[in-house]
Amino acid sequence: MDEMQEIIKTYVIKEYVEDDTELTYDSPLISGGIVDSFSMVSLKRFLENKYNIAIPDDKATPEAFDSVNKICALVREYVK
Amino acid sequence: MAYTEKTRGIYTEILAGLQSAGLFKQERYIHSAQDADIEVEFPAGAPLKKVINICANNYLGLSSHPEVVKAAHEGLDSHGYGMSSVRFICGTQDIHRTLEQMVTKFLGTEDTILFPSCMDANAGVFEAVLTKDDVMISDRLVHASIIDGIRLCSAMHDTYKHSDMEHLEEKLQLHDLKRLKMVITDGVFSMDGDTAKLDKMVELCEKYGALLFVDDSHSSGFIGKTGRGTHEQYGVMGKIDIITTTFGKGLGGASGGCVSGRKELVEMCRQKARPYLFSNTIAPPVVAGVIKVLEILSASTDRRDKLEKNTEFWRKGLTEAGLIIKAGDTPIVPVMLFNAKLAQDVSRDLYEEGIYAIGFFFPVVPQGQARIRTQISAGHEIHHLEKALDAFRKVGKKYDILGKSKQEIIERYGM
Ligand SMILES: Cc1ncc(COP(=O)(O)O)c(C=O)c1O
Repeated sequence: MDEMQEIIKTYVIKEYVEDDTELTYDSPLISGGIVDSFSMVSLKRFLENKYNIAIPDDKATPEAFDSVNKICALVREYVK
Repeated sequence: MAYTEKTRGIYTEILAGLQSAGLFKQERYIHSAQDADIEVEFPAGAPLKKVINICANNYLGLSSHPEVVKAAHEGLDSHGYGMSSVRFICGTQDIHRTLEQMVTKFLGTEDTILFPSCMDANAGVFEAVLTKDDVMISDRLVHASIIDGIRLCSAMHDTYKHSDMEHLEEKLQLHDLKRLKMVITDGVFSMDGDTAKLDKMVELCEKYGALLFVDDSHSSGFIGKTGRGTHEQYGVMGKIDIITTTFGKGLGGASGGCVSGRKELVEMCRQKARPYLFSNTIAPPVVAGVIKVLEILSASTDRRDKLEKNTEFWRKGLTEAGLIIKAGDTPIVPVMLFNAKLAQDVSRDLYEEGIYAIGFFFPVVPQGQARIRTQISAGHEIHHLEKALDAFRKVGKKYDILGKSKQEIIERYGM
């Protein structure tokens, strides 16, 4: 599971962090202004492809995507 | 009484919070017409002060131009004060259609539809032309009005890193299977004064079969050799599917905006765009004024040429004074101060020196990127700019930021 945290964190940094902002597994991503809520669709697609799952649209809320740990929890609900 | 003390308390608390966070916006009352020299009452009740304005969007100095004022007077006399109707009921006069045709010709597009403002154009256009089968891919720094328009549209949305063409290409690949893809950008970005790489963007849109949307509010009338906008500067006139722009900045500064582009898309707006259908038409004197503006700009490039010279002078002057500015060649020239309080202090001291320029800080710009945004106009004469440079040198010296690096300023004042 640690590996999942690291994979997701790496993705978020590559996609969103342009300076040297430190990111922890609990950093608020959307409410903290790091991830713009408009591009959650890319993040969702990344997770779905990476873990071979389907996250229903109504579960992919800004709240559920608000930190690396929350995203991991969401993904775990769908990995078999 | 529904507006109870408890209700009032909720709002006074929120407003007090804005005050203490330094985010409370205060108006300054200008007692003169918009121009390089204005008379300002600030704070409210203070005696009037004559200052040089370097923060208006009056890029071409046409806001109070005698010919434009005269044309508006004539429009008032011939077509009346207001129409009391939306366009499609009984709010379309001959001059509204004339203006649409003139904008089409000026921008080199297929057709144009007027909106009450560019905010309205951006709020209405996406919903009118896209559906849930489509995707909008926008630059992460687009203007707030575009963000609102995107929110109102049922199409999927995604973003790419500011002006990052590789990232845009990845996103175009990611969404390749959508019915329609629309790439959305500002032509000139209003906070940084940089331009979108439209040549490359057209190439990518052609490669992936995507539509291209450009908001040229901070470009129309002066960017490009004959002032048609960023599409002229990048050599892609005729290749932008939708251009939105405002008449509230360079093009006279009164009000109104438009969607200009492919004729079917413009027609979709005429049939479906809600701010077009449900908000009043642009007032006749304003329409007459904008028509005159386009006549002036089509007849001669003198004004945009002067603006270009003024901009060069200003950028060079600030750089030589040892201030840090955002690189570029547009008349939006941000002087970087990084720290929010420093930006406010410098703005206040400049005002004392007779220079009106405003500090911008989080959340309008990213944290740690506070700045004074200066905006140059063809209405400025060199003596205005020299006086403003003197003031920047004097205030810059006071805060000891001249010739200092970003690192040094941040070490001293914090982010
Ligand atoms: C890029 C951009 N688009 C649209 C607008 C809105 O234009 P208008 O004042 O016509 O509503 C603005 C003005 O603030 C702007 O800067």
